Amino acid sequence: MAYLDHAATTPMLDEALEAYVATAREVGNASSLHAAGRRARRRVEESRERVAAALGARPSEVIFTGGGTESDNLAVKGIFWARRDARAERVRVVSSAVEHHAVLDSVDWLVEHEGAQVGWLPVDETGRLDPELLRAELAGDGDRVAVVTAMWANNEVGTVQPVAELAAVAAEHGVPFHTDAIQAVGQVPVDFAASGVSALTVTGHKLGGPTGVGALLLARDVAATPLLHGGGQERDVRSGTLDTAGIVAFAVAVEAAVKGQQEYAARVAALRDELVERVRRAVPEVVFNGDPADRLPGNAHFSFPGCEGDALLLLLDAQGIACSTGSACSAGVAQPSHVLMAMGADDDRARSSLRFTLGHTSTGADVDALIAALPAAVERARRAAALRTPR
Amino acid sequence: MRVLAAMSGGVDSAVAAARAVEAGHDVTGVHLALARNPQTYRTGARGCCTLEDSRDARRAADVLGIPFYVWDMADRFHDDVVDDFVAEYAAGRTPNPCLRCNEKIKFTAVLDRAVALGFDAVVTGHHARLGPDGLLRRSVDPAKDQSYVLAVLTRAQLDRSIFPLGDSTKAEVRAEAARRGLAVADKPDSHDICFIADGDTRGFLAERLGEAPGEVVDALTGAVVGNHSGAYQYTVGQRRGLHLDRPAADGRPRYVLSITPKTNTVTVGPAEALEVSSVRATRPVWTGGPRPDGPIECEVQLRAHGDVVPAAVAVDADALHAALRRPLRGVAAGQAIVAYRPDPAGDVVLGSATITA
Repeated sequence: MAYLDHAATTPMLDEALEAYVATAREVGNASSLHAAGRRARRRVEESRERVAAALGARPSEVIFTGGGTESDNLAVKGIFWARRDARAERVRVVSSAVEHHAVLDSVDWLVEHEGAQVGWLPVDETGRLDPELLRAELAGDGDRVAVVTAMWANNEVGTVQPVAELAAVAAEHGVPFHTDAIQAVGQVPVDFAASGVSALTVTGHKLGGPTGVGALLLARDVAATPLLHGGGQERDVRSGTLDTAGIVAFAVAVEAAVKGQQEYAARVAALRDELVERVRRAVPEVVFNGDPADRLPGNAHFSFPGCEGDALLLLLDAQGIACSTGSACSAGVAQPSHVLMAMGADDDRARSSLRFTLGHTSTGADVDALIAALPAAVERARRAAALRTPR
Repeated sequence: MRVLAAMSGGVDSAVAAARAVEAGHDVTGVHLALARNPQTYRTGARGCCTLEDSRDARRAADVLGIPFYVWDMADRFHDDVVDDFVAEYAAGRTPNPCLRCNEKIKFTAVLDRAVALGFDAVVTGHHARLGPDGLLRRSVDPAKDQSYVLAVLTRAQLDRSIFPLGDSTKAEVRAEAARRGLAVADKPDSHDICFIADGDTRGFLAERLGEAPGEVVDALTGAVVGNHSGAYQYTVGQRRGLHLDRPAADGRPRYVLSITPKTNTVTVGPAEALEVSSVRATRPVWTGGPRPDGPIECEVQLRAHGDVVPAAVAVDADALHAALRRPLRGVAAGQAIVAYRPDPAGDVVLGSATITA
């Protein structure tokens, strides 16, 4: 099998899996007062320090969560609530048109249920945000903005955003800036303090850790109203018994991913460039999506004119090649990507797109397998798509 | 063969897919998303194409160990089945949406896409027999037989179709599903029209066609005996819900005899006036043998699960005429007439056409 969907989830690192299993064998609730509890607590706190050190944060800024979606919800809703509670006129949210649904839908929920007003920042044809547009959005109305949220790197087309510049603009207006860095950590350099962001989402399973554990890095001067109430864990911001084994494995994976980032990025980007080059040769009409230079090292995203992405996925899947069309609705129907639409693509181009993402286990053989299967798949998908025109 | 199994999430299509796997085919499961908004369609127990059905289909595919995808056919379904359904009623006819879905969606849109993608055939859980002789026959289970809604398929469509369930009764299919560990074994049968969530066909049509008040006229006297708010709310043969202002002169119950869109009139009359001995139909599809030159003796069925009567049927290029040996009631334009040749190995579908008069 050629697994070319590492942006969906990537295999666990051996050291993370071993740490997980070893910790999961131990009993102990990190909130208990006895020796077993203290041992679990120690593992959690050591992990917090490792995550903080790897990502340029203070340990007290690390809030462990159940993963990326929870962290995004906590940041967007939690900061909105806290800032609005402090000053009632702060009801505006500024976000981007290319966010992951964990952010998009949180913002939409605030609009529908909390009377929030939203300003969506557009992107250019490569999917990139312009800090000047954020400046314009905040000018004159910054006092009413509760939170700005914009992703570090896009999960679909791989474009890396000018996060530090965006965060600096938000800081000019004293508005907290949250970034979803789920796709970025381990792929590009990420330093919480140096970036100037107030809140940052990271998750385990995109960087070699387990699914179901992640963190929100939250600056100490930024308040967030909790989503989950209960035992008061994690600075009272996120109640719930801590997943000691998951947190330990997550920390191991974060540390390894950050430590190996440069070498990883160089190797995987070279493999990705080879993939892109060979796809272009095999299917000359292909359209390459996203920023050609400032992008995630493992991401290659194409539109195949005259094809439907879901047909291509089926055909490649049958040849043992795993890739992605982007998001699907709850019934499983592939949806045209809101990211590509925001980049100015029409419906056909959005529906004709496929994402190939490489990761730490990828090899040249994966690319070979893709190139061997792709031309015939494109040919067939094109024939199938031609049927869409009413006869 | 590489075959595509259309999986609705029900027990029939799950067992059909299982049998295709067992027959040695390379099977891929596909669930058709037909609703633009899945929440608005009937839930699993009553119809098809809901989130629950999609999940049930996926679970069945998991158990069979076959790849599974969801294909978005909502626009095609809406245009070719739902809009057609409304337009047919507006034109005073009584459509069969399941038949239309087979004709336009399952065995055209889906089949064509499957073939283009390299599949050799489509497998469905329809209860009908389609053997090596290429003839479409009734299921061994007369109560579940679906040959009527498949008779519209052309030779080319049948050549790329596999119906693995035709030799089994529904009870056998359920037992087999349970034996195979398919969770849908006890799922209730689907009924009615999947895209009318509450089962209220009149309300559905009224919403789309609006109020169009007109008169209800008695065929015997020519007198206006009532008013209606839309002729599309009536079907030939209907007795209930006529809301006549006064009883008929002869005191006997009245039935809908015909609908005339041009004058927006619903004509009612006594039961015997419903009897029809001659049926004309258009767009004949003749798959059960050579197209007959002159009239042939066969049996005909004029609605799903309706009575079967002997008839002499003549076919020409674009029309079919049937002289019924025994009159039938409730013959509605828009329904299909299906001609069968009685056969101990399962009555053979000779052909079908759409009733015009």
